[in-house]
Amino acid sequence: MPAGDTSFSTKPLITIQAGKPWQTLQWRELWAYRELLYFLTWRDVKVRYKQTLLGGAWAILQPLLTMVIFTLLFGRLAGFASRTGGVPYPVFAFAGLLPWTFFSNAITNSGNSLINSANLITKVYCPRMIIPGAAVAAGLVDFAIGFMLLIVLMFYYRLIPGWGLLLLPLLVLLTTLLAVAVGMWLSALNVKYRDVRFAIPFVVQIWMFLSPIIYPTSLIPQKLRFAFLLNPLTGIIDGYRAALFGQPMNWIELTSSTLITIFAFAYASFVFRRMEREFADII
Amino acid sequence: MTSIIQVTNLSKQYRIGRREAAYGTLRDSLVSALRAPFQKLGGSTARDEKIWALKDVSVNVGAGEVVGVIGRNGAGKSTFLKILSRITEPTSGRVELYGRVGSLLEVGTGFHPELTGRENIYLSGALLGMKRAEIQQKFDEIVQFAELEKFLDTPVKFYSSGMYMRLAFAVAAHLEPEILLVDEVLAVGDAAFQKKCLGKMRDVAQHGRTVLFVSHNMTAINQLCSRCLLIADGQLVLDGTTAGVVAAYLQAGSGGGAESVWEDIHRAPGNENVRLHAVRVKSDGRIKSEVDIDKEVEVEVEFWNRRPGARNLCVTIYLLDSNGTVVLSTGNTPAANALPEKWFDKPHPEGLFRAVCTLPPNFLNEGLYYVTVYVVTLGPLTIEVDAPHVLSFRVFDTGVLREAGGGGTWAGVVRVRLSWTTEFVAPQTIPNAPEQQIAVEMKD
Repeated sequence: MPAGDTSFSTKPLITIQAGKPWQTLQWRELWAYRELLYFLTWRDVKVRYKQTLLGGAWAILQPLLTMVIFTLLFGRLAGFASRTGGVPYPVFAFAGLLPWTFFSNAITNSGNSLINSANLITKVYCPRMIIPGAAVAAGLVDFAIGFMLLIVLMFYYRLIPGWGLLLLPLLVLLTTLLAVAVGMWLSALNVKYRDVRFAIPFVVQIWMFLSPIIYPTSLIPQKLRFAFLLNPLTGIIDGYRAALFGQPMNWIELTSSTLITIFAFAYASFVFRRMEREFADII
Repeated sequence: MTSIIQVTNLSKQYRIGRREAAYGTLRDSLVSALRAPFQKLGGSTARDEKIWALKDVSVNVGAGEVVGVIGRNGAGKSTFLKILSRITEPTSGRVELYGRVGSLLEVGTGFHPELTGRENIYLSGALLGMKRAEIQQKFDEIVQFAELEKFLDTPVKFYSSGMYMRLAFAVAAHLEPEILLVDEVLAVGDAAFQKKCLGKMRDVAQHGRTVLFVSHNMTAINQLCSRCLLIADGQLVLDGTTAGVVAAYLQAGSGGGAESVWEDIHRAPGNENVRLHAVRVKSDGRIKSEVDIDKEVEVEVEFWNRRPGARNLCVTIYLLDSNGTVVLSTGNTPAANALPEKWFDKPHPEGLFRAVCTLPPNFLNEGLYYVTVYVVTLGPLTIEVDAPHVLSFRVFDTGVLREAGGGGTWAGVVRVRLSWTTEFVAPQTIPNAPEQQIAVEMKD
């Protein structure tokens, strides 16, 4: 049957015109392209460890080796080990490093995703957000693999999670949302200013030391606590630990993280939608 | 006929400065903001020179039409397709599309070298807008079309370029949107595969789908399209039957003259390695736009070599007839040259070179011919100059051959004086009989 024979509605299927200054998220379009998100994610996962000897084991080795190094370097430091709320330092560090590794890889990959897909952007149409989105989603696979090791470690140290564990999916969602927001924003800026590419590793490094990953939040002086609330990762990382080790949840931190993440996502998608109009022209 | 594509006053503006520096750096922005904080208020600067890649284009395309889009390099054809495929946004104007759009602006979009053929079929299919179920359903057909059954599970980085192209086109060819936008994809692959691609495109057209087809290949345009759009300097200058538009395009493009000279080296066709200087058609030692059929014709190409020591520079000319069909192509490589070639593989000093190709007398038939010039570096092949239809000349005949042809033209593209031998084989009086018997006997 000739496809062209389908009866025409009076309304066009697609209308193209110069962009409006305000564009909201194209939910319908994103939903229509969900399979592409799946395929791009799948591609990133498949390709990532091609032609490596250790393959997927890198997903475990990355946080594991960092944990070992941190344990050797900081585990003995007076303040660190004694303030973990009774949790052995290696697991404590690993529980922070796992989401952090996911987050930092996600924003690095997704921040560079658009310029690495220049050929796609100039040759096919798709909602551009899918590209940084897929880069983050691909990191979730490594995250899941790393989680297996965390479970093993928790068995080894005989740690039992409490009811807080039910919050874990929410925390993963929050981390992903924040990574998409930051990654999307960086990737859009990267198209216009290639400086971003050089800035990303630096930002990642600083951000790590400003987040309670190798040290417990309790180590931070009271006066500075408020400033740490502005870092959405504070609440998220502490949230993971509370959920996993059955410690009390810090609701103030978590609420602050959630609000900042939602705001960051809204802002990033606004910037992205405004900038994506010229992606194909300047990339 | 219902229109499936409605384009109204479509325009697209580019800033030239921005196009050249493909991207800015933060420092540039900061520096310019510090240096001239009020410049932005004062209007555009010289660096911000703007050009219209597309200006006020309005056109309607009916469902099931196959429309060719032609024009010189940089005329705005690709911008037009890119806007229709939603890759880039127009500056003003409006497009309404009453159907699903598939665009093929490149062969192998989204192919990943590390993935296998099978995996790339899915990935590329999804990128071109196919659903997973759709790809699964057509998978066998795609593989069969590409003739790559044996290599399905090999990463495509091990494919030869021909295999890669076949697979890529096979995926694209099985796209089934109501509107298909195609940009010059047939320029790849060997002749047999090109033929297959053209066949597939014809199929697509016959199945009632609407196709917009951008190409420099006039033969393909002639074969596929009934209607044609000519775009020049971002404007739609002609819209009509393919034959008429193609003829007008070739005529306009050649400037109607037998000589094209580029005085400004920086605006001449070419790149940083080679620039064209002049192309001329000469006969009897003079520039002529009309040449006698029984005279030698010299096609003279002058180019600047700007890279001292360049080797393997090949000057190639194509002769096209008025339909755009390539009559012949020839180049000055030692193998293709009837004379000993002096320069081809020697190191070329920087400066002006002239390559002259002599066409024998009594060779081209009467008619209008266009000359396309390429200068390429061979092995690995790099196209340095690509100058389509830079000039034209007419071959005509007032002599004996015309009279022998009964005053008219002989059929055919070439009109070569060939050796004929005719001889009397045997005397025989043939009687008038109801059944005629003719004995044919061959003799050396």
